Amino acid sequence: MGSGPGVACDITLNTELTADQRRRFQNVDTIRRLLRESHTIAIVGLSSDPQKASSFVATYLQAAGYRIVPVTPRSGVILGERTYPDLASVPLPIDLVVVFRPGRECVRVAEQAIAAGIKAIWFQLRIQALEAAELAQQAGLTVVLDKCIKMEHGRFSGSLHWAGMNTEIISARKAVGSAAR
Amino acid sequence: MLHAGHIPDSVVGARAVPIYQTTSYVFDSPESAAQLFELKQYGNIYTRIANPTTAVLEERLASLENGTGAVAVASGMAAQFAAFMTLLSPGDEIVASSELYGGTVTQLTHTFKKLSIAVHWVDPSKLEEWERAITPKTRALFGETIGNPRGSILDLEPLAKLADAHRIPLVVDNTFATPYLCRPIDWGATIVLHSTTKFIGGHGNSIGGAIVESGTFDYSSFPTIADPSPSYHGLRFYETFGHYGYLMKVRAETVRDTGACLSPMNAFLLLQGLETLSLRMERHVANARAVVDFLLAHRCVAWVAYAGLPDHPQHALACKYLGGRPGAVFAFGIKAKDGDGRAAGRRFIEELQLFSHLANVGDARSLVIHPASTTHQQLTDEELARGGVAPELIRLSVGLETTEDLLWDLDQALLATSR
Repeated sequence: MGSGPGVACDITLNTELTADQRRRFQNVDTIRRLLRESHTIAIVGLSSDPQKASSFVATYLQAAGYRIVPVTPRSGVILGERTYPDLASVPLPIDLVVVFRPGRECVRVAEQAIAAGIKAIWFQLRIQALEAAELAQQAGLTVVLDKCIKMEHGRFSGSLHWAGMNTEIISARKAVGSAAR
Repeated sequence: MLHAGHIPDSVVGARAVPIYQTTSYVFDSPESAAQLFELKQYGNIYTRIANPTTAVLEERLASLENGTGAVAVASGMAAQFAAFMTLLSPGDEIVASSELYGGTVTQLTHTFKKLSIAVHWVDPSKLEEWERAITPKTRALFGETIGNPRGSILDLEPLAKLADAHRIPLVVDNTFATPYLCRPIDWGATIVLHSTTKFIGGHGNSIGGAIVESGTFDYSSFPTIADPSPSYHGLRFYETFGHYGYLMKVRAETVRDTGACLSPMNAFLLLQGLETLSLRMERHVANARAVVDFLLAHRCVAWVAYAGLPDHPQHALACKYLGGRPGAVFAFGIKAKDGDGRAAGRRFIEELQLFSHLANVGDARSLVIHPASTTHQQLTDEELARGGVAPELIRLSVGLETTEDLLWDLDQALLATSR
């Protein structure tokens, strides 16, 4: 259904961040721009177990038209894509890095993303990665923290609404096709 | 009430919520169908599980209750059953207020017993009773914001803290208050239940129910939500869906398997009611207050139990949680000239001209019932007394009529009863 062109609602539910941190790391316009402009998304910590959250997210992103690149120490193929051990060894241009690793490993991932010249990094919901987020933002990257990329895509494309969830989007304007893409 | 949950679609642009009167939805592709069944995509498969009209009602209720989401079902009783079936396993226990709707008491006492779930009843006004009743098997605390039928008020804040200390959810039925008068999640409740049949729909034309969840409860050590699900290849709902885990499980397992889905047409009618909730509730509580004041001054009335009155034991709670306006459903007792309260109650109902005698509340029209002979008749005398239901008790649900007309009707029926 899509959420219409003029959405500017502050999304306040389901985050542990303060209002100031939300402004810096969960800006609605930034999230919508990343979803719209990204094509190739590296997923650090993608599991080969199809019942893990990372696999749910990667499957969703593929179906939504993104190319996903698994970054994991396990060599092989996940969801039809070749895996790479780290961001430095990925030969493709990466638009966005999505991180599924514990908070203590996130600074290292942020450093890799900075070194690889990647422009945006997204730390998934409930990952305690404030230090890594600060580091990446200071290095000029676009940063999203404590949000799930699947939920956010679903929020702005209209499909999360079908699951009866509170998208916090209010708009009287006609929806535009699939707004996220 | 008017916008949340509905954005006009990109092609037709219909301003009113369309009624998707369909059982099922054509898949995009075999892969997409498989992913929908695996819950890897959000989408519609079958109206027993989800429907786009119903989804508008769900998101709107979630938004009004400050919840993370909602699942709408066929009735308030279905909502309660699905909410608890998702939380509980055989051998688990819940602690519940003794002042609940009679149908709820019956479901918890008899149907839950068949599922080996035990309920401990407590006086809702005594926090120490709640605390004493909690055991290592307790999985939830349960009460009504405004208790049925006597209108007692649940002290939400300390109860939510108690539940939190035991890492169990507080489940609150908010039917009588509606989110316009009280939002239990703002006071710490985890799960809010509604019979949307009542004030949400507001016109007495559709049965419905809903489960709203806060999205803030940590289910990581709560077995039914955190453990691998055998019906989804070992999927861990809380780990995979985070704050949506509980509601995803309600929808994709409990409601899928028990089948009490809401009809899309009813979802539309309930939405139509919801659009005017604030206007109606203002009028409901204003009329209720006028009726309460009238009854208090009437020589044929023995007592009035309305928490909006200063001498009511929960008046302070009504002020704290409901702005001193505890809804439009309350009870009073008729002064029986020969001491037979039961007979006086029956006679009074026979004499009323404008109040409808029926088993519902929250209609646009004013309603009346005598619980001892109707809603609570399955209960034993002991259960009746525990629920605070006296034989002469009359329950009113004050509607939206012109106030003077309601007062006229009550006056003539009271006088006729006293003759």
